[in-house]
Amino acid sequence: MRIELTVNGVLHELDVEPRATLLDCLRDVLGLKGAHAGCEHGVCGACTVLFDGAAVRSCLMFAAQAAGSAITTIEGVTPAPGELSPIQDAFCETHGMQCGYCTPGMILAAHALLADNPEPTRDDIVEAISGNLCRCTGYAQIVEAISLAAERMRGVNRPRSLTK
Amino acid sequence: MKAAPFEYCRAGDVDEACAMLAADDGARVIAGGQTLVPMMVMRLARPTRLIDINRIAALAYIRSEGDSVAIGATTRQCVIERDALVAAKVPLLARAMPNIGHAATRARGTIGGSLANADPAAEISLVALTLDATLSYRAGGKTAEIAARDFHVGPMTTSLPDGACLTAVRFPVWQGKVGSGFHEVNARSSDFAFVSAAAQVELAGGRCKRIAIGVGAATDHPVRLDSAERQLTGGALEPKAVRAAIEQALADIEALDDLHATASYRRRVAAVLAARAVDDALARAQGKNPHAH
Repeated sequence: MRIELTVNGVLHELDVEPRATLLDCLRDVLGLKGAHAGCEHGVCGACTVLFDGAAVRSCLMFAAQAAGSAITTIEGVTPAPGELSPIQDAFCETHGMQCGYCTPGMILAAHALLADNPEPTRDDIVEAISGNLCRCTGYAQIVEAISLAAERMRGVNRPRSLTK
Repeated sequence: MKAAPFEYCRAGDVDEACAMLAADDGARVIAGGQTLVPMMVMRLARPTRLIDINRIAALAYIRSEGDSVAIGATTRQCVIERDALVAAKVPLLARAMPNIGHAATRARGTIGGSLANADPAAEISLVALTLDATLSYRAGGKTAEIAARDFHVGPMTTSLPDGACLTAVRFPVWQGKVGSGFHEVNARSSDFAFVSAAAQVELAGGRCKRIAIGVGAATDHPVRLDSAERQLTGGALEPKAVRAAIEQALADIEALDDLHATASYRRRVAAVLAARAVDDALARAQGKNPHAH
């Protein structure tokens, strides 16, 4: 069936089988391999994307259901080619990844959290990524990364004299 | 992990969804899809047709209706979790919401979908039973109602008639000095509960005027502890009496026994969690914060 989908700000008109998940569509039709196909049944969180701004699992919805919606994948969070978003940058700086498989999902979950709550507590961060599995880091540096990104994003428009 | 082929159609209104259901025995309604899609990709469910009700605007609402709060079937769990009316009028539901799945599944999951899916561990089913909610559905051009107590009949099984589409759930609002409590135990935060317990208490003159206690995930559908409620009504909810009444009420339940937890574990933990839920409900009804240090 024919659907329209806005992905990372670009409107696409696509032909999809009803049984194709949004994840299949992003990866196999649009070539956006940043949304990872991990468990494909809603457990691991590696396929997390932003669906009209909310973090959702792209393996748990059919592309046909997403028709007319705006999707943001990890490819869409950078301000410009070759640059990193503040959250991506914080993940690099705190070494909030090892193999990188869970990282796009973690970063998009963090985006959704910080868009809603610029000053999250540690508990808020832990809760926000509770549905994203990481088998490498033990989560500590991921939590640190999100906390660092939050601090930087809060301070972005403050004069340097007021920042710590 | 790919679903078997199916036809996809989007219903414009509830009656159209019902007509589509009636026309195809293999058709199923999809709301949030957070359980149905995994079932489909694991080929445990093979609907021939999915009827998408997500875009029926008239099914997504939270509003006061007389002495109740009515919630439309496709209202997202994340919306209910943050709703001020729910927090003020149905605090037990508000307390249970963060325990459902994860933020990313609550962003899609709906209240009606969770009720109709009828997982024994579903928090919403437990709250609906505990508060004596009423479920509304459409079938054959008519609206009908089922009491939550009669709705869940087994694991993943409800008394919703064939071809019916759940439309709303109404939670009675308790007035006066009311408090609620909710507890669950699981392997990881927000994972399926091994046992869950919900309680709501109304006090009058320092005594229990009304109490409701429910236990979920321990049996193949949530249960009310009717005999404990009868024993405790009129009393002071002294912790020992609460615990004894709950243990007695749980003595005869047929607890689930699986790789996650044994039946005897579930029975013991159900007693502990239900007693904690009542203690919390009592403290909140007295205006105290049960978890303040």
